[in-house]
This record gives sequence, C-alpha cells and structure tokens, in this order.
Amino acid sequence: MPCTVSMTVNGKAVSREVEERTLLVTFLRDHLGMTGTHVGCDTSQCGACVVHVDGRSVKSCTMLAAQADGADVTTIEGLAAADGSLHPMQAAFREHHGLQCGFCTPGMVMSAIDLVKDNPNPTEHEIREGLEGNICRCTGYHNIVKAVKAGAEAMQGGSMKAAAE
Amino acid sequence: MANPNGIGAPVRRREDARFLTGRGTYTDDIIRPNQTHAVFVRSPYAHARIGGIDAGEAMKAPGVIAVLTGADMEADKVGSLPCGWQIHSKDGSPMKEPPHFPIARDRARYVGDPVAVVIAETREQAKDAAELVMVDYEELPAAVTSVKALDGSAPQVHGDAPGNLCFDWHLGDAAAVDAAFAQAAHVTKLDLVNQRLVPNAMEPRAAIGEYDRANGDHTLTTTSQNPHVIRLLMGAFVLGIPEHKLRVVAPDVGGGFGSKIFHYGEEAVVTWAAKKVGRPVKWTADRSESFLTDAHGRDHVSHAELALDKDGHFLALKVSTIANMGAYLSTFAPSVPTYLYATLLAGQYKTPAIYAEVKAVFTNTAPVDAYRGAGRPEACYLIERMVEVAAAETGIDKAEIRRRNFIPAAAMPYQTPVALQYDTGDFAKNLDIALPMVDYDGFQARKAESAKRGKLRGIGLSTYIEACGIAPSNIAGALGARAGLYESAEVRFHPTGSVTVFTGSHSHGQGHETTFAQLVAERFGVPIENVEIVHGDTSKIPFGMGTYGSRSLAVGGSAIVKAMDKVERKAKKIAAHMLEAAESDIEVKDGRFVVAGTDKALSIGDIALQAYVPHNFPLDELEPGLDEQAFYDPKNFTYPNGCHVCEVEIDPDTGVVQVVNFAAVDDFGRVINPLIVEGQVHGGLVQGIGQALFENCIYDEESGQLITGSYMDYCMPRADDVPSFAVQYHEDQPCTHNPLGVKGCGEAGTIGASAAVMNAVMDALSPYGVTHMDMPATPEKVWQAIQRATPAQAAE
Repeated sequence: MPCTVSMTVNGKAVSREVEERTLLVTFLRDHLGMTGTHVGCDTSQCGACVVHVDGRSVKSCTMLAAQADGADVTTIEGLAAADGSLHPMQAAFREHHGLQCGFCTPGMVMSAIDLVKDNPNPTEHEIREGLEGNICRCTGYHNIVKAVKAGAEAMQGGSMKAAAE
Repeated sequence: MANPNGIGAPVRRREDARFLTGRGTYTDDIIRPNQTHAVFVRSPYAHARIGGIDAGEAMKAPGVIAVLTGADMEADKVGSLPCGWQIHSKDGSPMKEPPHFPIARDRARYVGDPVAVVIAETREQAKDAAELVMVDYEELPAAVTSVKALDGSAPQVHGDAPGNLCFDWHLGDAAAVDAAFAQAAHVTKLDLVNQRLVPNAMEPRAAIGEYDRANGDHTLTTTSQNPHVIRLLMGAFVLGIPEHKLRVVAPDVGGGFGSKIFHYGEEAVVTWAAKKVGRPVKWTADRSESFLTDAHGRDHVSHAELALDKDGHFLALKVSTIANMGAYLSTFAPSVPTYLYATLLAGQYKTPAIYAEVKAVFTNTAPVDAYRGAGRPEACYLIERMVEVAAAETGIDKAEIRRRNFIPAAAMPYQTPVALQYDTGDFAKNLDIALPMVDYDGFQARKAESAKRGKLRGIGLSTYIEACGIAPSNIAGALGARAGLYESAEVRFHPTGSVTVFTGSHSHGQGHETTFAQLVAERFGVPIENVEIVHGDTSKIPFGMGTYGSRSLAVGGSAIVKAMDKVERKAKKIAAHMLEAAESDIEVKDGRFVVAGTDKALSIGDIALQAYVPHNFPLDELEPGLDEQAFYDPKNFTYPNGCHVCEVEIDPDTGVVQVVNFAAVDDFGRVINPLIVEGQVHGGLVQGIGQALFENCIYDEESGQLITGSYMDYCMPRADDVPSFAVQYHEDQPCTHNPLGVKGCGEAGTIGASAAVMNAVMDALSPYGVTHMDMPATPEKVWQAIQRATPAQAAE
C-alpha cells in the first residue's frame, strides 16, 4: 500500500509516495538517491545507517520512512558547510585516520556527533561505550576514539592538535 | 629535507574526502538506467536433492521478469566456478575437484546454496516473489563438522570425493622428526581448534551485470579485491566470454579481508542474466545472506607435538591438521591450510625438524577460504600456544624459552625446514622492545593488586612471522597455483606534469590512493595533489592480481617503482638533450634532473611537457611521450615479523576477560605511511582479539543449520570490547629483495594477536589447573573452567 511521506532532509523539503513498509534508510538511499547512509546488517546492530532525526541519532534501518513524516533529518551528506568545509568531527576523522574502507564511517560520524552533543567532553571509556552501536571491522576503533576526542574538542572551539595528545 | 608527502610521511588520506561526506561509490550505491533486481532462492537445508522447481506463482507476482535456475544455466552451457590452486596428495594424486555451479543443479550442499534466482523490477518485488518459488527438496543427512565428515560413516557431500576427503597432503621430514622425538627430554602435546570465523566486512557483497547488445560487451561491477582475477576466471571458465569483451569494475569496496577475493556464483549469475533479460541485473546481499554465503575462514582441528631437549631447545615439531573446505572448493581454499600454513611452522625458531600432514575435508557448510592471515594465523596460534605450554611444563620463563630458540639475526638469510627462506629479521630485538612497553617486569605486582580486588591477571606473548607479498610466480606455480602472482603498474605523465598511476592493486581500505601517490611524490618531486591513482577497472588498468596477502606495496608498489625506473631512464635522455649534456652527467636530486656539478636543472614537469610537445627533443633516438608500464614478479615472499604482548584481567565471578594492555612491535621493513601502517595493525589486532575472545561461526551438528547467522549470535568486537594499543615498528631490517624494502603490514595484527590473548588467559587461569582452552574464551567457558577446578586450587 502506498502512502505519502514528507520531511526535511539536510534542510530541503522532500515528499514522495512510498510503500508503507519502506524503511527510512531505503527512502534516503533509493528514493532520494542519497547513498551516503549505508546498510551493513539486517538486525539493527551495525550502525552504518545512523542519521539524525529531529536532532537525535537514529538507526534509519529500524525506522519506517512514515515514522519520520514531518521530521527534520540530517544525513552525512548534510554535515559539511555549503562551501564544502568539513564539520569538525569529519575533519577529526581525517586527521586521525579514523576510517579505512569508509563503509561504517557515515554512521560512525553521525553517532559520534550525537554522543558529543550529550557529553561534550567524553573520556575514552565513554566514547567506547557510546559507540557500542557502531561496528567497524577495519580500524580496530583505536583511531576512531582519537578522532572523536579531537572532534569533541573542536566542536567546543578547541584546537584539534591539543586534543590529539 | 624530507618530502612532507614522500616516503615515511604520515600523509592524510585523499580518499577520505569522499568517504567522510557520503560520496563514496560502493556497488549498491550504483544505479543503472532500467536496472532490475535479483534475489536468490537459497536452500534451507544443508544437504538436499533438488527435484522440481515450480516458478508459476512467482512469475505471476507483481514486477517479476524472470525466474532462472541451474537447469537454465546448464542449457546455456555455463561452467563450474574454478579453483585457482591445485594440491596433490601424499600419494601424488591430484585433489578432488567436484564441480561448483553458480546455481546448484541437482543437489544443494549447504544452507544458503542458491537454487534459483528471481529477477524483478524492484528488490522488494523480487524478495516477495522469491518466497513464492516452490522447490521440491528431498532432505538428506548432512556431514557438518570436519572431524565427523572423515569418519567412514558420514554422509557423502560429493559422489566423487569418497570419505569426503579432498586431499591428504604433507610437508617436511617425517623421519628426521621421528628421530628427534626419540631423543627428546620432554614432549609437549596439544589438541587445538582454530575455529571457523565469518570475515564480516561491513559492506555486504553486491554485483551488477550489464550487457550491451549493440557491441556484445559485458560489464560486471562487483565488490571484489581483484577485478582482473574475476574477469579471467569468469570469462574463461564459467561464461565463455572472451576477455576483451568483458569489463570488470570494482568501485569503492567496503572492506574485504580476503572474503572478496574469490569468484562467487552471484557474479556469474548477474552477468549471465543481464544478457538473458536484456537489462542490467543488480544483486546486493543482506547481512544474513552474507553470513550464509561469504567464504568463511579458518576451521582447523589440529594435534601438535613439540620435542625439546633438557635445556628447552626445540628439537622437532609434528603437526596433524584437519582443514574444512566446506561444501565446494572456493578459489584459493586448498592453498590456505597447505602452502600458506605448514610453511610457517618454523615460526621464529631454529627447530631443525618439522613434519606436517593436512587432510582437507568437504562438509555441508559454506565454502572456507582465505581470511586475513590465511593459514598464517593458524600456524602462529599453534606454535605460540605450544611454546607457552612447553614453557609452563618445563618451568622455563616464556620469554626465555623463546630467546633460547630464536633464529638469530646473524643467521639470516635462514633456510627453514619447511621450504621458506627468511631474508631478514631480528626477533630478539622485537621482544626486547615489546617487554618494557607493557612493563613486563612489573607484572607480578599488578597481578597481586588485581588479586586484592578479587580478579585474576595474566600475561601472554606471541612472536609471529609470516610469509606475505605473495608471490614469486614460478614458486607459486610449482606449488599448485594456477595463476601468476606478479603485479602491474603504468605511470603516465601528462603534458602539464601531473601523473596518473594505473595499478593492478586494489584499495578497499588500505589507502593506496594516498600511499602510492607518495611513491611518485618522493621520486619525482611532483606535488602529491597532482598524482592520481587509478585502480579497480579492468578497462583502465593493466592486468593485476589484486590486493590480499599483504602484497600491495611489496608487489604493487615495486611495480610502480619499476615503471618509475623506466620513466627516469627516458627522462634522463630527454633532459640530457634539453640541457645539452651527456646522459651520464644527469643526476636525479630531490626529483630534479641536474647536470652534475652545475646548477643547470629541469623538473620532471619541464621534461614531461617536452615529451608531449617534442620540439627540442631527440626524435631520431627516442619516441615522444612519457608513459611507462612495468610488471613486477617478486623474487621471494616477504617476512614481516614481530612480538605481541597481551595482559588480561579476568573476573572469576563472571568469566569476563578484559584486555587491559596490548603492545605490538613489528618489523615491516620500510614504512611508507606510518599512519596507515598503524591503522592496519590496530584493525588486525582487533580481529585477532575477536577470534580469541568473541567470534565463533557455529553450525548445528545434526541439521547443518547456521546457528550464528547474524550479529545477534555472532559476536563482533565492538569499541568497548577492546582497549587502545601500544604499537611500535622498526625499520632496521628492510626486505632485501624488493626495490622499496617493504615487507607488508596488512595481516600482521591478526596473525599474532590471538595467541597472545589466549596465552594471557591461560596464564591467568593457571592457578586453576587450566592448561588449555579452545577459542573463543567466552565468559561462559572461562567461568566453567574455574568452576571445574578443585577447591584447593580455587582457594589460592
């Protein structure tokens, strides 16, 4: 059965007719062509699909597009500024080599940003616990933790180099 | 002054720009006009005869275009997925190689074996219709574990492999080993399991087949680590498509770890189906489908014995291993428990006599093939557990027993008794650096402090060596490889001085777009942003064997160096002409071409422009252009080596093992980009820890059902399961036989880590009389082991 879903995605209003069973991640990837959000599992555990819905991180594979009707959605494609400059968390991931194949990265970055919003100065332990819902197979998490720490500092206006120590 | 973008610099990655902004192009991201979607109907039984397939209802479902079966493929004379490595048994007979069709024909042999494919307008329609396909299965008994599959009464997986035996192989000198055992003062014996794992790259496999009817060109886009290998295997052996009419593209690939090396049936199906339906056909695996059908790793059951003299010197090692091949031979499967395993059984030690026998077995489970380390983690785990058990049994300190047996650096190059000749390495040095990193001497004090808090503490070592940079083609061929293992590169300068490097290597996380560019920046002083690395598309790159076996810099990088050598030779001639000097007077300094003893110099950019606008150019001696290609066949394997030290704390009330400290010291020869090298180590360490503590791929022994079929039941290491690491490397022992001096680093972490963790766990549990435990050391297993201990032991 089709239904119409409307929402704002990365600041732009969108509206589509979709099957009711359409997941938010499918809506983003297949209907809007925004393939930055990835599907890595089918049991809602890997976190590759994390986006922000009304400011909170959500696994978009575990939410129907219809449930996001009327919401304000931000995806990885919406993080960088209009002039292309990276969000401090994106920049921190690059600086600290927090990604290798890049597949878990969009979800990891989105989760990290929400983690830091709730906890602006997280310890290593808090970062590791906070990212429990994002699986990475490449990096071993070591540099992701460094990146998130640096990204947190930068989001507060500190310099990235200081955070790296 | 060192080039900030040259060799040894921690250059930040170029590829991050697209990955961080969601602009990567992974196979499932690609949309082809008019594409259709494929969903496979897969056997729910581990072993079954396939009777009729009734697609009537499915064909009536909305959006369905076709339902195709093994019979349809057979009618089109589609061949069997080939195996790329042939092993011979002890008696000289070749291994059993039963056919492996892309869609099963009369029998399904593992849960997940495809029996039909539904092609529809949308993925949802294809999924819905797949449930309507009626397959008449006659369920058969299944042979599930490798050990049981070998006992005479097990069900046969293949008619032409009696007793489910694929091959019975050996290596080494049995007589010398037996003689040494007769003299031994002590013999350590151990039964070990190296458990089956699921590689679980985060991107599930996917493939898109396309056919251009106008010119007869096929294109396959696939999540592969080696597109040319797929083109050759699929084109020549499966679909009968001449290579010049088949293009294979591996775009951004989200991790591989070996699981994306192999030619999978789905690749052939979408390529074949695209021509049949006249539209592009796209398939993407669900994660559960990946669990069922990606090649699994490891699955060895071994018995090992180590003979020692009274001073703890190793006299001989004998090993007997049963290796599970799964239901069919995957592309490199026979090489993994033979030439990538037994040849490493000397480890870092001078053991003079070694003998290994390996039986490879078919079972009704998913095919098993290379997974990060491929045979070398299995070898290292076996040796390093044996060494620490021997140390415990003889009362010799675990570090000391290693020192007594290390091959000394001065003995290099060292011919092992198991075919390989190590080129360089200083094993004692790795240990000397590693022990202070974890304050090894302070361990007893930390152990006492843990005890005060009611916790157990243990420390374990693993000194590993591996053979990588595969491989010299003639050696590989002699050992059964049905391919060469060289690598290719083309270095193309453009008129305005920028460079494109076409490489046969493939990057699926390794950062080649950055590290390979560093090689050019260093050699010719080209600004790194002007160097582009192209990989993954067979229509663009020369024939390459792809990325695995820690070979990209050692072999791929060396091919780039050879091509750059050719560029330099030509550039010198051009420079000599332009500078009116003798060719022998031209030197290359910091990327500039200088007339020796003068300040007359040209940049490579000046020379490139002249090469393409040849107005002041020796046209009667030299062709225009500056574009050179090279193929590099390695002279030997490379031998990265190192020492891992792991410290664990165990809560005896819950059995939970926590890794509280982990240090890795590695010899990778020369390091091109330390940031990337350390990243490879971190990732490998967590995979090794994952095997030791968390991961296990389990099939039900009766039904052959995959029990660990999703992340609900297969425990992937997460960020809070592992610590940060102390990682160091030294460059004092460069590889002596490739131009870069590199040894490779991609698999090292995985190879050494599991043994270090298990040795630490056993050390912590030794007060309970626990001497061995198979991986993973889950809380349940650890807790049970503690409960079984005698009260007297538990009370200590």
